[in-house]
Amino acid sequence: MVETEKNIGWDRAEMAQKLAVDIPDGSYVNLGIGIPELVAGFVPPGRELIYQTENGLLGMGKAPKKEDEDRELVNAGKKCVTAIPGASYFHHADSFTMIRGGHIDVCVLGAMQVSKDGDLANWSTGAANAIPAVGGAMDLVAGVKRILVITQHVTKKGAPKILDKCTFPLTGKGVVESIYTDMAIMDVKADGLYVREMAPGVDFNTLQKKTGCTLKLYKTNKY
Amino acid sequence: MINKIIESAEKAVKDIHDGATIMIGGFGEAGSPIELIHALIDQGAKDLTVVSNNTGSGHIGLAALIEHKRVRKMICSFPRTANSTVFPELYHAGKIELELVPQGTLAERIRSGGAGIPAFYTPASVNTPLAEGKESRVFDGKEYVLEHGIKADFALIKSAKADRYGNLIYHATARNFGPIMCTASKTAIVQTGSVVEAGDIDPEIVVTPGIFVQRVVEINHPVHESELVAEAIKYPW
Repeated sequence: MVETEKNIGWDRAEMAQKLAVDIPDGSYVNLGIGIPELVAGFVPPGRELIYQTENGLLGMGKAPKKEDEDRELVNAGKKCVTAIPGASYFHHADSFTMIRGGHIDVCVLGAMQVSKDGDLANWSTGAANAIPAVGGAMDLVAGVKRILVITQHVTKKGAPKILDKCTFPLTGKGVVESIYTDMAIMDVKADGLYVREMAPGVDFNTLQKKTGCTLKLYKTNKY
Repeated sequence: MINKIIESAEKAVKDIHDGATIMIGGFGEAGSPIELIHALIDQGAKDLTVVSNNTGSGHIGLAALIEHKRVRKMICSFPRTANSTVFPELYHAGKIELELVPQGTLAERIRSGGAGIPAFYTPASVNTPLAEGKESRVFDGKEYVLEHGIKADFALIKSAKADRYGNLIYHATARNFGPIMCTASKTAIVQTGSVVEAGDIDPEIVVTPGIFVQRVVEINHPVHESELVAEAIKYPW
């Protein structure tokens, strides 16, 4: 990122906070590994969310103290977690019955690329020497009711991650509902990608320049 | 009298043959039956096809089995893990095959294999490279891809408690693939933290009914994979 742009936009915590307010009270939620995990820290007071982790726990709680760690009580990222009172354990076929069967309300995922049509690529760059690894991402996007993506707007090298068409192999086609980046919140609609909110210091022209597809503004936008 | 308790891991894995398909439970180290895997390394069977979510860490357990060139092919969803170097090196050298399967598809293929369902349609992986070359069909306007059930000759599973009938309960997220892998294998071999009297596990909370389990070995104090990996310990010790 260019030096002068350092203070523009939201940091990771603010991105997670923006996303967290869009998850309704009482939702069953699956959080991906990385930035998505931060969302749990910003749920507005008065709301109760139940976290599912696809390796077999409904009702995932916070990370334990070091001395309370149980290496067989982990999340999908294989980090030690806790189970809340009222949690349940289950085997993988039941776990993916929850996921693929449409019982989970919201899934928050990271992305390598997202297209204006809501195509998501987050498992492989397709490079010949890469070890392909997919985990549960394809099942999550195929079955969870709402897929929200949280990601930096551009790559570390400054290339757009939000594109007309993904160039990496897809995780799923037309699956993403909204995208939360350090620069903006965008909604995937049938006629294009709409900007719902821009971060402080970001204007539409700057945002458009860092985006690989044409962005649209809602008619009611304050911008 | 039915008694599925076997006195040692060595005896429990004795008849695993070259070329066998083996399901190995575990999600990372949670639920990984390390003592059974080590007994299998000692036993020497090779040319194995292994169905497991990951490919092991460090140089113990599943990673050690792979490192000793006993595995011809891995069927898994996530072959990259922290501290996993054994599989990537062999894969890059073209010395091990990989069938990459989405995690939920892997679970359902195992479940189907155990339930007498030869194949099923799933929405996962449609429009991705993992669906290429597979039959697809549209139901109610949505596309699905055909996936086949998997069966295995053996399963190696870790449970918390077991009785002589093979009834099992598990610990926390160590359950993961255990229950379905027991159903999908001809011979499910289980290492358990403690063998209890029949009836000590309340029928209301039995997770895997004994009919799906053929052999049980008591391993009271299993090693902890992450501790051994942190100390760079290799198997055989």
